[in-house]
Amino acid sequence: MTDLDTLVVQFQNKNQVAFKKLYDMYSKSIHGVVYNIVKDTDIADELMQDVFIKAWNKADTYSSKKGRFFTWILNIARNTAIDKTRSKAYKQSKQNLNSDYFVDIITSNDNLDTSTDAIGIKKFVTNLGKKCKEVIELLYFKGFTQKEASEELQMPIGTVKTRNRNCIQQLRDMVL
Amino acid sequence: MDIKAYIESGILELYVAGQLTEKENQEVYDLLQKYPELLQEVLEIEAAVVKLTAAVSPHAIDFDSFKGKLGHTDTKVVDLKPKKPNWISYTGWAASILLAGGLLWTLNNKNEIEDQLQTVEIEKQYLEIQIEDARTDLAATKTLLDAIRDKDILAVPLGGQGDYASTYAKVYWNKADNTIYLDAEGLPDAPEGKVWQVWSLTLNPLTPTSLGTIDDFNTDNNKIFAIANANESQAFGITLEPAGGSASPTMEQLYTLGVVESTP
Repeated sequence: MTDLDTLVVQFQNKNQVAFKKLYDMYSKSIHGVVYNIVKDTDIADELMQDVFIKAWNKADTYSSKKGRFFTWILNIARNTAIDKTRSKAYKQSKQNLNSDYFVDIITSNDNLDTSTDAIGIKKFVTNLGKKCKEVIELLYFKGFTQKEASEELQMPIGTVKTRNRNCIQQLRDMVL
Repeated sequence: MDIKAYIESGILELYVAGQLTEKENQEVYDLLQKYPELLQEVLEIEAAVVKLTAAVSPHAIDFDSFKGKLGHTDTKVVDLKPKKPNWISYTGWAASILLAGGLLWTLNNKNEIEDQLQTVEIEKQYLEIQIEDARTDLAATKTLLDAIRDKDILAVPLGGQGDYASTYAKVYWNKADNTIYLDAEGLPDAPEGKVWQVWSLTLNPLTPTSLGTIDDFNTDNNKIFAIANANESQAFGITLEPAGGSASPTMEQLYTLGVVESTP
């Protein structure tokens, strides 16, 4: 059992210290994913917290056999954010959504300058090919399935899979 | 199994993205338990994605402020749905029960009042009948009184005869409308099978003319009877006759007799 597995089990037993550790590990990522969908910091702040509240409340429904804990909470985040964008109030307030990809947001994020990962990430997104940006955007940020992504990007399913592999490989080379 | 080819297929990236089926997830999980290289690969993919996604976030929100936002308890973040009593619900139920009770009470009350009202209604009708009776009585008495007081009336006292000296009667004769009013208060009830018969008499010669029998004598309250009389009567007599009356008076049964004093 890895440390993460132990944390998750403790979290499922309503251990708040474990919850805090998981929150510290993933809250910024979840915030990023949500923000990339709703494009509004206040809404993103609120939704990110909603995501963790949901995760805490239905902790017992998670099983490591179904996937990674991060993947599980990532899923909750995408669903929560997409639900929000479908709400009437949101649609009315966000009629002119910009269509920035995550890369545009990262590029314009000032606070990254102080982060240790900043250089790698910025380098990565700057050098990232258009196809990589699109694939990562759809598969990780938007939650498209492989099939949906292949239709959206008009490329064969197998190509989506391997291209994604290559793109993530590039990312790993730069940030890990 | 070719671990390298499996890794190169890109399935682990999809696994982290959450884009595999439940069955595929289960398969990957089983392999991860078996091959540490695969697990290591997944951890690196995940770490890279966590960093990338975190880079999109414009700012972090630390756990303490998140916890503060929950705002209910320091020890149990689980208390997101506070177990505060739902007063609105309780109050609602209480109000419903009170209302239902009130309705039942009101219904019961209504039925009681309806019963009472019905009783009162019956009493009222009964009283109305009594009043009506009294009015009728009063009207009859007035008519009678008016009749007796009429200036044209002729009062003829009938005295008791023979064995019946204690009996008496009185005739008020209104010649204008050929009616006599017989006040027979002084006569006893007619015995079973007998009836009082009223006679108009002329004295010279003595000729009795029947004015009829008083069939309702025993049941009449004021014992005053209006009887038509178109005769030139000189006297009136009352005899007790067998039921149905007789053609001529039975003189032994003559109770009262009175002579008209003067012929107006």
